[in-house]
Amino acid sequence: MTPLSRTTRDVLDVVTGRAALRDAVGQPMNRVDGRLKVTGAARYSAEMPVANVHYAVIVQSTVANGRITSIDTATAERLPGVVKVLTHHNTPKLPQQAGASQGGRVLTLLQDDRVLYNGQPIALVIADTLERATDAALRVRATYDRVKPVTDMHDTARVTYAPPGGGRKPDAVIGNLAAGLAMADVTVEHRYTTPIENHNPMEPHSTIAVWEGEKLTVYDATQYVIGDRDTVARTLGVPADNVRLVCHFVGGGFGCKGSVWSHVPLAAMAAREVGKPVKLVLTRRQMYGPVGARPQTEQRILLAARRDGSLTAIRHASISHTSRFEDFLEPAAMQTRMLYASPAIETSHRLVKLDLGTPTYQRAPGEATGTFALESAMDELAVALKMDPLALRLRNYAEKDPSTGQPWSSKALRECYRVASERFGWSKRNATPGAMRDGNVTIGYGMATATYPTYRSKASAVARLAVDGSGVVRALVQTASQDIGTGTYTVMTQIAADALGLPTERVRFELGDSRMPPSPVSGGSMTAASTGSAVDAVCREARRQLVVHGATDDASLVAFLRRQPAGTFSVTMDSAPGAERQQYAMHSFGAVFVEVRVDRDLGEIRVPRIVASYGAGRILNAKTAHSQLVGGVIWGLGMALQEETLVDHATGRYMNADLAEYHVPVNADVGQLDVSFVEETDSHVNPIGVKGIGEIGITGVAGAVANAVYNATGVRVRELPITLDRVMGGSSRA
Amino acid sequence: MRPFEFTTPSDAAAAMRAVASDPRARFVAGGTTLIDLMKLEVETPHRLVDINRLGATDRSLTEITALPDGGVRIGALVRNSDLAWNTVIREQYPVLAEAVLAGASGQIRNMATTGGNLMQRTRCYYFRDTAMPCNKREPGTGCSAITGHNRILAVLGTSRQCIATSPGDMPVAMAALDAVVRVRGPQGERTIRLVDFHVTPGSHPDRETVLRHGEMITAVDIPALAFGRRSHYRKVRDRASYAFALASAAVALDVKGGRIMDARVALGGVGTKPWRSRESEQALVGHAVSTALFRAAAEVALKDAVPYSENAFKIELAKRTMVRALSTVASMS
Repeated sequence: MTPLSRTTRDVLDVVTGRAALRDAVGQPMNRVDGRLKVTGAARYSAEMPVANVHYAVIVQSTVANGRITSIDTATAERLPGVVKVLTHHNTPKLPQQAGASQGGRVLTLLQDDRVLYNGQPIALVIADTLERATDAALRVRATYDRVKPVTDMHDTARVTYAPPGGGRKPDAVIGNLAAGLAMADVTVEHRYTTPIENHNPMEPHSTIAVWEGEKLTVYDATQYVIGDRDTVARTLGVPADNVRLVCHFVGGGFGCKGSVWSHVPLAAMAAREVGKPVKLVLTRRQMYGPVGARPQTEQRILLAARRDGSLTAIRHASISHTSRFEDFLEPAAMQTRMLYASPAIETSHRLVKLDLGTPTYQRAPGEATGTFALESAMDELAVALKMDPLALRLRNYAEKDPSTGQPWSSKALRECYRVASERFGWSKRNATPGAMRDGNVTIGYGMATATYPTYRSKASAVARLAVDGSGVVRALVQTASQDIGTGTYTVMTQIAADALGLPTERVRFELGDSRMPPSPVSGGSMTAASTGSAVDAVCREARRQLVVHGATDDASLVAFLRRQPAGTFSVTMDSAPGAERQQYAMHSFGAVFVEVRVDRDLGEIRVPRIVASYGAGRILNAKTAHSQLVGGVIWGLGMALQEETLVDHATGRYMNADLAEYHVPVNADVGQLDVSFVEETDSHVNPIGVKGIGEIGITGVAGAVANAVYNATGVRVRELPITLDRVMGGSSRA
Repeated sequence: MRPFEFTTPSDAAAAMRAVASDPRARFVAGGTTLIDLMKLEVETPHRLVDINRLGATDRSLTEITALPDGGVRIGALVRNSDLAWNTVIREQYPVLAEAVLAGASGQIRNMATTGGNLMQRTRCYYFRDTAMPCNKREPGTGCSAITGHNRILAVLGTSRQCIATSPGDMPVAMAALDAVVRVRGPQGERTIRLVDFHVTPGSHPDRETVLRHGEMITAVDIPALAFGRRSHYRKVRDRASYAFALASAAVALDVKGGRIMDARVALGGVGTKPWRSRESEQALVGHAVSTALFRAAAEVALKDAVPYSENAFKIELAKRTMVRALSTVASMS
């Protein structure tokens, strides 16, 4: 197709209102940054070329609770190349913080002698090479006045409390639980636990801070360029306009880079102190402790049902841990308010303070842990009712949001159940545990529902059109968003191309610089919905204005652009959610089916097959979307069978803080993955009809695996991870 | 990591002198354990003597050669990958090839050497964290693991001072195969039976082998074993690959007419050293093959096992792993 004919057609589309999201969107387009990544040319934050950069290494506390009584830096300071050792004695005092903002963190920035968690930064060594800084950091010696820490959430003396603050209410009651229980023929009630889980992105947290006079540039691995800039500015007490935050690529975020942790302001403080650019990259071990992990949960679920399977009451009470100095909540019971129809639903969340660093968001915070418990409980109810687990879920299918009575903006869950169960061969399942055998192995089938809310925040973008040296019209679209590996560069290019009516190769999309129009955090699976809507809006508006100016084909467009100042035509626009969010309940849904093979004697669990299907609105790129879901499902598999951060309760130290002892799946653990999307059109959720796919993949998987393990063995494991000792029995682990 | 001196001598005598003369010097070959531990400050040598170049002048260090008695000699610098894929090893001693391939990852096996693998140190979490008391790392400071996280630690050969597991796979197979370690030092050459090479922690958990400072492993000899083809290594772990053993078994059986004429049994993942069980071998020999016999032998192998707070399951798991490995070998044609 020639550009001329295409532009002409697009103008007609604008006039007739049929424009946008036509050709590029939905295609399995290769990543526009793929070549840069596989050739190593993509520059991650720690790789940004900065002249005369110095290296900072964090010295960490070796106790979890107490005060520093002495800190000896003399040996470190005498080593060659060491420029400065910062401790609470010589670190300039920062402005008092008026409490952390939403998603913000109370940071530990060498301001006093208090130690609040093991591994807390207590000093920072700056030297001319990384090796010298590392060596010097190991020679800083501290003594402490220590208090015995409490780091075990299951400690009998624990005090639970309701999380304060705004946002979603910790407790919710729908209907009358007692009345619901009175109607029931069958009840099941059990306790489920999930451990602390670390994010383990390939790229560790890394920061380079460069001061030029009053102006600060920070290259940081972040999921939130604008929020990072604001936090750094507020923490240091400098105007936000004086701080530029740059992040072109992120080697995995998963939530851990959604908040600013202590090392980011520390790098800027160090750079200001030594008058040189400073690079600070956390070691793999430092990725456990000084930055947050997913908190552990203890969830108690009560399900009551009539003989026919219809639920009469649900109660889901979740307890999770937080630090001594912040109230971070893992909202594990939230999905229970909307996933199944029931006349009575009670949910509650409580926190327990421990002497650990503040936990944080991890991929599907709440739904990942919550669906493990809820979907296990549903399976237990199915067993008690002697009912097929899929039939039980269909019996309780929620036709509207049970909490609010709102209609769904769209919900294709029934189709997900149908497609995934057929592809899996669910009808071949034998409900009797251990009935399906193959030599030493028993085979189990399990299933679960997946769900994740659809969020959207205000975002803005700029579109600029100009004519290049060859007389070709090209567009540059920018917003201060992030690509955390999800494919943001690619899908935004596709959205912009379709909305502008240009082929994708004529559109360049840029992100990752706080000087660009603001975009929200790449969290809550909302970048496509938020930033994508803004990119779509600004590009459509640009095209509308061009039509008004008579630029209706290539010749008139080129002529128009050449008449503009600097030869550039530019439009900036915001896009924000509106009343639709009060009118509809907005969620993605999916169905996960798992086959496990368990060695009868040795307890080894293998997962040869997972089939999952999702309804997630419009799919912007069939290839990157598939990768997102596959990655999420594999994460769920690791959560089910392997992941667990070990804390030594005598000291509060993280004991398995490396990738040899903290297990995530290796290729050999991953069998066939059949991940698909069902067709789902959502005209309410946001202008481009997307629901977000970054997190739903992990949800439901751990529950489906646990249910399959039960079907294979008759052993119900209610604690994650489901390791072989828990299947064999005889485990004395908490 | 602390600064250290790095030398690359090209003859063995110079290498041994360089280490023998400096109590804080260490040999380094593949570096897959030592460098890792240096980054953690668990190991803090002043000098590393890289022996990789010695192979250029002494081919016996890098080769697998046939011995006159029918056994094989494996040079200390033979990489794990080369050992595992060697035709003679695969055909004559499948248990050894399987054990090596069950360890680490392809990348690590390409670096790790036969001699270095015998010197691999424990994965005990507390040993690897210098902020924690550990009798192995700092004698007299106490054992944090006995009351801490010990799910992965040993149930055989432990002491009140230390319960750290011997982490390797290759040495377990070698223990079963009656391997002999050849070492060279300032006092000349000597040989040490592999089962005597590693020592249990007792009251000196910092001492893991009988190797003297300055002595260098030059080779491991595997004697001929007529029924070596009927051998097998079974490893049970927390994921399908790239994980240390929770329990493993290296076994070989000589079966004639359904009766066990001879047997070799060694266990991994459960002992403070590669755990050869001669008592279980004696329990097997002379009897007809049966699952009950294998179970009885496994009971013998684990009869002295001591469970700790999180690892009691290993005792039963090791028994079942051993039964599985024996059953697999017994069913070989």
